[in-house]
Amino acid sequence: MMSYTLIILVLPVLMFIFLGLCGGKMKPAVAGIFGTLGLTLVAVLSYITAVTYFFSVGKVGGVYHTITPFNFEWLRITENLHIDLGIMLDPISVMMLVVISTVSLMVHIYSLGYMNGEKGFQRYYALLSLFSFSMLGLVVATNIFQMYIFWELVGVSSYSLIGFYYTKPSAVAASKKAFIVTRFADLFFLIGILVISFYSKTFSFASLTSPTGSILGQHIGATFMGVSVISWAMMLIFIGGAGKSAMMPFHIWLPDAMEGPTPVSALIHAATMVVAGVFLVARMFPLYYFGAPVVLNIIAYIGAITALFAAIVACTQTDIKRVLAFSTISQIAYMITALGVSGYGGEAGLGYMASMFHLFTHAFFKALLFLGAGSIIHAVHSNEMDTMGGLRKYMPITHITFLIACLSISGIPPFSGFFSKDEIMVAAFNKDIILFGCLYLCAGLTAFYMFRLYYRIFWGENNKQYEHKPHESPVNMTIPLIVLATLTVVTGFVPFSQYVSSDFIPFHTHIEWSVASLSILIAVIGIAIATIMYRKENSLPEKVALSASGFYTAACHKFYFDEIWIFITKKIIFNCISKPIAWFDRHVVDGFMNLLSSSTNFVSRKIKVVQSGDIQDYVWVFFMGALVMVVSLIFFWWSSLPC
Amino acid sequence: MPESADFIYKVEFNKQQIMNNIPLIAYLTVSAVMFFAGIYGFLSRRNMLTILMSLELMLNAADLNFAVFNKYLYPGQSEGAFFTLFAIGVSAAETAIAIAIIINIYRNLKNIYVDEVNKMKF
Repeated sequence: MMSYTLIILVLPVLMFIFLGLCGGKMKPAVAGIFGTLGLTLVAVLSYITAVTYFFSVGKVGGVYHTITPFNFEWLRITENLHIDLGIMLDPISVMMLVVISTVSLMVHIYSLGYMNGEKGFQRYYALLSLFSFSMLGLVVATNIFQMYIFWELVGVSSYSLIGFYYTKPSAVAASKKAFIVTRFADLFFLIGILVISFYSKTFSFASLTSPTGSILGQHIGATFMGVSVISWAMMLIFIGGAGKSAMMPFHIWLPDAMEGPTPVSALIHAATMVVAGVFLVARMFPLYYFGAPVVLNIIAYIGAITALFAAIVACTQTDIKRVLAFSTISQIAYMITALGVSGYGGEAGLGYMASMFHLFTHAFFKALLFLGAGSIIHAVHSNEMDTMGGLRKYMPITHITFLIACLSISGIPPFSGFFSKDEIMVAAFNKDIILFGCLYLCAGLTAFYMFRLYYRIFWGENNKQYEHKPHESPVNMTIPLIVLATLTVVTGFVPFSQYVSSDFIPFHTHIEWSVASLSILIAVIGIAIATIMYRKENSLPEKVALSASGFYTAACHKFYFDEIWIFITKKIIFNCISKPIAWFDRHVVDGFMNLLSSSTNFVSRKIKVVQSGDIQDYVWVFFMGALVMVVSLIFFWWSSLPC
Repeated sequence: MPESADFIYKVEFNKQQIMNNIPLIAYLTVSAVMFFAGIYGFLSRRNMLTILMSLELMLNAADLNFAVFNKYLYPGQSEGAFFTLFAIGVSAAETAIAIAIIINIYRNLKNIYVDEVNKMKF
């Protein structure tokens, strides 16, 4: 059943191999069209899968059940423990298939215009295909180990795409930073996987996440340092997710990752890869909820703090892509918080559904924002908002679509962000008022910094001087913008809880107008403040910055997180741990080995003269030796004779 | 019996006696001389063919010892004689191989002087 889903996975990887091997020999445009056509097919198949799953085969007796169209045993470790590779379809993975293939297709089309004429165009498309493959494989993984494999593949393709402009030192540094930080977090993920598989004797999601399964009951007693091992494992797994999803304190790589091409930022660092952590927590949700509720609380608080932190920093950044990067961190933190406050089943599982809903809508409007930003950068040739202003006259399509995305992320009805954010607010409100307060404040800040961005790009001085007159982007860049803007408008009306819920049983949600009106209010206040401060050039922003100068400077420097990491790694870890270890290795371990080798060398140099290679020398020595032996034998024999 | 024939008979008889009365030490002396001649040749000659000849000389000295010890110490048995034959066969095969090697060395290096064939030296 539904075995054609295998093509969704296989096609991008074939395209990667094809473009990677033969791309250099074809014209750039041909490679781009090949990549785009492949992804179009993948997208169509994903839509067919989604329609088939949600409307005919998925739902049995009012409950969505899991379909595994394809699964084979890849590596058998013990009798019970084996690593499989396969495809698992359930509501969230099918939803992710749709999101990934849609955004990826848009980015493929957009890149035809945006990356036109770049060196390495074919390589770019090959890597995009690799990324699509890895991300699709990640979401349909049947077991946690397969997920981990694709998780790393995603990291690798993200690394190579951030460092796409490899002649630029800052891009190289950013790609290394992204790879090392996420890889560091993945180490914890791996340990978590090992711990959980050690106790549960399985990798499979089907048996790990079934709430009635025996895995939880058997080992609930096992503890480590007073905390149950399941809590430890789930915390470690969450750290892996936090690394990919840029939660505090692992968020430092995401703003730097903006060194990559803008469509890559839209695809990887806004819509798909960075939500992998959210997806991971959602995938393991029953285990979190039943096995480690404490961890779920911690997750909620980490999410809320990150959301607030990132929103504050976003208000002070001047690079438009960095503003969007911090807004991404903040929005992902929303999803994480929503998962943290969620219960299980029906209305209680509102947070789970809200998180997935926000993931769904955020993917579209954030991709739209990034692609819009790319369009602006394409026109202005700069990332700095100081060089922009008054662009609304030159770029009408970009302007309108960007405005739609800004309204959506700010939570203004009827745009999609309003609906998903409202569900998150309700879920947080029902669970914990402090978390709600954090998110509420964050919503206001979101509206403020998005409209700060909007006004500073599109409004302001009308007579701004540009080197080249900015122009609207070509049609292959504006079409994705229009498509995504349409999606941003309509996806809010999707009855999401009918499709995705924590226990796979559809339920009804309605807009909680008391909470919704509050969040609309704060969004409007945020927009109003942004309008006052940035609609026209005035001195208000400087005054505000001066009145809170210390705080403002700290926020400008992203609260010194990079400096703290550098301090910890360079000053403490490097000086106190790495250097002594390196010294020990170089002088003691290597020294001992060098002593062995040099003494052997010395001795052999001394004795090699004996080996003259002249056979007659050898015979001479042999003969003399034999003579000595014979003579001494005779001597002893003679002396042993009686007189 | 005529005198001449008697003489012949006597001579024949004496030859047998002489052959039977050669002391063991005489054989061993010849054998030792041969052996040390071989060793001397082996050590002093540079030409591989001469070295091979010296080698044969040493082998033959050993063969002689086999035969003589068989005759003098265990006259009723014949293992020593068989060993001699066996060693002669082996040494013939070995000589063939050695000559083949020498010819190949000559083809490759145009030289059969042992001290100049040192390509495989350290």
